[in-house]
Amino acid sequence: MKYYDKLIFDLSKAGRQGYSLPTRSWDATLESLPAGLRRTEKPELPEVSELDVVRHYTNLSQMNFGVDSGFYPLGSCTMKYNPKINEEIAAMPAFAGLHPLQPAATVQGALRVYRELAKALSAITGMAEFTLDPFAGAHGELTGLMIIRQYHISRGDLKRTRIIVPDSAHGTNPASAAVCGLEIVQVKSNANGLVDVEDLKPLLDDTIAGIMMTNPNTLGLFEKDIKEIAALVHQCGGLLYYDGANMNPLIGMVRPGDMGFDVLHLNLHKSFSTPHGGGGPGAGPVGVAEHLVPYLPVPKVVEDEDGLLSVVDKDGNACGRISGFMGNFGVLLRAYTYILMLGKQNVKNVGPLAVLGANYIKESLKGCFKLPIESVCKHEFVFDGLLDQSTGVTTLDIAKRLLDYGFHAPTIYFPLLFHQAIMIEPTETESKETLDGFIEIMEHIAAEAISDPESLKTAPHTTPVRRLDETTAARQPILSYKDLV
Amino acid sequence: MAKTVEGLYYSESHEWVKVEGNVAVIGITDFAQHAMGDLSYVDMPEVDDELEAGEEFGAVESVKAASDLFTPVTGKVVEINEALEDAPELLNEDAFANWIMKVEMSDPSELEGLMDAAAYEAMCANE
Amino acid sequence: MAFAYFPHTEDDIRQMLDRIGAGTLEDLYSDVPADVIYRKEYDLPDAMSEHEVRQYFEELAEQNTSLFCLCGLGAYDHYSPAVIPHIISRSEYLTAYTPYQPEVSQGTLRYIFEYQSMITGLTGMDCTNASMYDGATAAAEAMMMAMASTKKKTRVLLSEGLLPQVVEVVKTYAKFNGVQLGFIPCQDGVTSYGAMLAEVAAGDVAGVLVPGINKYGIIEDLTGYADAVHAQKGLLMVYSDPSSLAVIKTPGEWGADIVCGDSQSLGIPLSYGGPYVGFLACTKDHLRKLPGRIVGATRDVDGKRAYVLTLQAREQHIRREKATSNICSNQSLMALYVAVYMSLMGPEGLRKVNELSYGGAHYLHDRLLETGLFEEAFDKPFLKEFTLRSKVPAAQLQDALMLIGVFGAVEVEEGLVNFCVTEKVSKENIDAVVEYLTNCSLVISSERSESRNL
Repeated sequence: MKYYDKLIFDLSKAGRQGYSLPTRSWDATLESLPAGLRRTEKPELPEVSELDVVRHYTNLSQMNFGVDSGFYPLGSCTMKYNPKINEEIAAMPAFAGLHPLQPAATVQGALRVYRELAKALSAITGMAEFTLDPFAGAHGELTGLMIIRQYHISRGDLKRTRIIVPDSAHGTNPASAAVCGLEIVQVKSNANGLVDVEDLKPLLDDTIAGIMMTNPNTLGLFEKDIKEIAALVHQCGGLLYYDGANMNPLIGMVRPGDMGFDVLHLNLHKSFSTPHGGGGPGAGPVGVAEHLVPYLPVPKVVEDEDGLLSVVDKDGNACGRISGFMGNFGVLLRAYTYILMLGKQNVKNVGPLAVLGANYIKESLKGCFKLPIESVCKHEFVFDGLLDQSTGVTTLDIAKRLLDYGFHAPTIYFPLLFHQAIMIEPTETESKETLDGFIEIMEHIAAEAISDPESLKTAPHTTPVRRLDETTAARQPILSYKDLV
Repeated sequence: MAKTVEGLYYSESHEWVKVEGNVAVIGITDFAQHAMGDLSYVDMPEVDDELEAGEEFGAVESVKAASDLFTPVTGKVVEINEALEDAPELLNEDAFANWIMKVEMSDPSELEGLMDAAAYEAMCANE
Repeated sequence: MAFAYFPHTEDDIRQMLDRIGAGTLEDLYSDVPADVIYRKEYDLPDAMSEHEVRQYFEELAEQNTSLFCLCGLGAYDHYSPAVIPHIISRSEYLTAYTPYQPEVSQGTLRYIFEYQSMITGLTGMDCTNASMYDGATAAAEAMMMAMASTKKKTRVLLSEGLLPQVVEVVKTYAKFNGVQLGFIPCQDGVTSYGAMLAEVAAGDVAGVLVPGINKYGIIEDLTGYADAVHAQKGLLMVYSDPSSLAVIKTPGEWGADIVCGDSQSLGIPLSYGGPYVGFLACTKDHLRKLPGRIVGATRDVDGKRAYVLTLQAREQHIRREKATSNICSNQSLMALYVAVYMSLMGPEGLRKVNELSYGGAHYLHDRLLETGLFEEAFDKPFLKEFTLRSKVPAAQLQDALMLIGVFGAVEVEEGLVNFCVTEKVSKENIDAVVEYLTNCSLVISSERSESRNL
């Protein structure tokens, strides 16, 4: 990676152009708009040539790390390989050129993809039906919670405005619940890192809308009391929400529907191989059990007896509309492509191979790093920093040093249950050689922490930029080019 | 080691109160600013806000953390420390010299429920 | 077990299991109650080869009809330059995670900073975030922002001139978030200023959301809005089409506090509704309530200019239930799409796109009136899309157009149909459509057609 210091604005020169537009002479011109409705000054945009643009963004890209560049042991993020065929299918003009308001008769192929993907996700998760409208995991969470509230409201059960969230939950869980107008009730983890059933019991009453759970949880541990928890929550009239951020280890082995979950979301950009794109677009489909199907958001895709598909835009039972159109359709195409490639034969191995990789790293490194909970993990596990912390080397230092060695950092300082959390998730698409290489470097870093702690505390050394002054960035925000110049 | 100042009242949520007549001058303790690290922002109430003891009145933020502030006394906000808007680091430099807000107390007896410096130090030692 | 995306040989698996001390892969699930292990065959198709997958999608594609687009209503068929997919498909961008490790994410961070600069430039606002899911959800976030920014206010007002899908999404969020909504009707095709004044006077309004260009395609004159709303300590929010902001008066110039919208019009393909990219911008007074990712400039320890996610203490991973929003991502790659598009177009290219769309739309508008099938609905200024009253049931009109492969005449409300023209549409295209409509013997009827789509 090499440092390149320009912004596109730095390349701008008045009079240059990077566009090519048709020449047409229409009679009406913008001057005929009332002056009071027109913009007075030109927008501050760069004026650059096409090659300027191509070279600039190529240079910028070379300061980025991606799955195609190297291994991403990023816990809870499931950075698996993004197959290239997915991209080609998503770019097919017959899909990419469709206007979202086109009549159903002209988009049967697109609606077929929507239906078939929904069915495939139902098969994999054991849920009755899916909406593919949500744009991301957090958006799926919010949608799922809206469905839960709509279910209670439709039954006239208006008291249920509180939701139970474990202390180990992803930060989005409480945030989504708050946006959905729910009050958060926290349940503690026990010494084994699992939801404490005894702590849960007294929380269950007729004000509880449900519980949000991640299984395996953010420590990578399977919540083995799940069936008891499901029975208890259902008994009190609440519903179970499954945060599908950690679905990958269960693909092919366990279906959330069979554990008693009523609602779940999946992250297609995690478990179903669509690219993360530097933060999005992803997709967060929501699956529900039979009794919640009426409350799924609109638009919905429905099939008649003749196999003709149509879009339902208005439905009084639905929780409402949560997206302008029908979600990130291009992402849905990619995920469905992946599922077709997997088929029923390969889907069975996704989870087991992901779990194999995680346990392999955990067992290989527990001699150098502190493993707070000794147990078989699922797709990920958490170390609580180095075993020997005498030289003051922190988790942050380890993460930054990994960048020097060509690996991405793991997820750090999450979950909040441990002070020096290092959360590692390898995924099923990484080879034993890659994992061995990572293990070797982690051992090397652990040794360096004793022999040369300074090299860690000042890491990274070889990246295009080094540690940043984040405090000044937050104290005096510079958020656009005009703030900078 | 975080310092304390004698003669102030302290809350369990790490605010200090200095009494000036009927006005409570309120800030965060040195222990709190240490725990937060470099502060990047102080979210303050508005003058004339009516606050109940125990109510949230703002927050302090660092790059990777945020902590809510709770008023130890009931009353009306009469002044906020505008210097903190541009220089939150003042709280890192001296948490006791830089107050956050002044509240006209409606029930000074609430002060009796707060700790003195020694009791607060003892509490912090156990955290 | 062999499969293109699984690199494990049988021997690898054996060695790895040995290290773990497990006998079989299933032993790794010993902590899972046996009765929840799924032992049946999954109800999925057989695995396909790449070639078979390609063929399958080609079959599905044949069930779609590619239509020449004369429809707007929140999704616009602007031309997308060849450079964009080329840049977007670079794996360093495509396969990167959220830029949490800035030392190896300067590419992503830098383009988001550029994107932010361009959005603030277009909207005339001080700051913006790294992007939102789409325009409708950005509007919902704007509503929550207005509630968070104003004290003791309970209502948000929406213009009925907003696109229906935007209104529906805001309504859904409001219902669950506990925000009361009020609606400002339209009069003569524009948001009623008088009705807005009357509602705002109640004093309980946190914010007023009005379109810059409304669902009829009409450019709203927002004179007086900011003063009226600010007088009652509320916020003015504008829903804008960013492409249009290169030429029409900006929300900043109107005195808006918050601006939201969908940037699909900045070169993003129609893609059956997504992925698009929402934007949310505001004045600096409201920066702390702005949800989502924000990139800021700073320096590294060696003094090099660098960029980083900043102001994170607002966000869900720190604030949890006290965060301003639950959003924890952006449509990053689509923000890159927009940044590359705006770099290529520049101020002049974007003006020309609007000029070409404007000229074509006005030509189509006038020619359609000549057919005798339509009446003028509102005599108000428009840019690239417009509404006519159809004398033919809208569904018939739409079907007739589809017979020549044209998509247009979507019914906005009873009897009123939308048309939209972009720079891709030529005079020959329009003449052909008009000639066809003139000669295709559509029956003018007084019956009202059934509503479709919207």
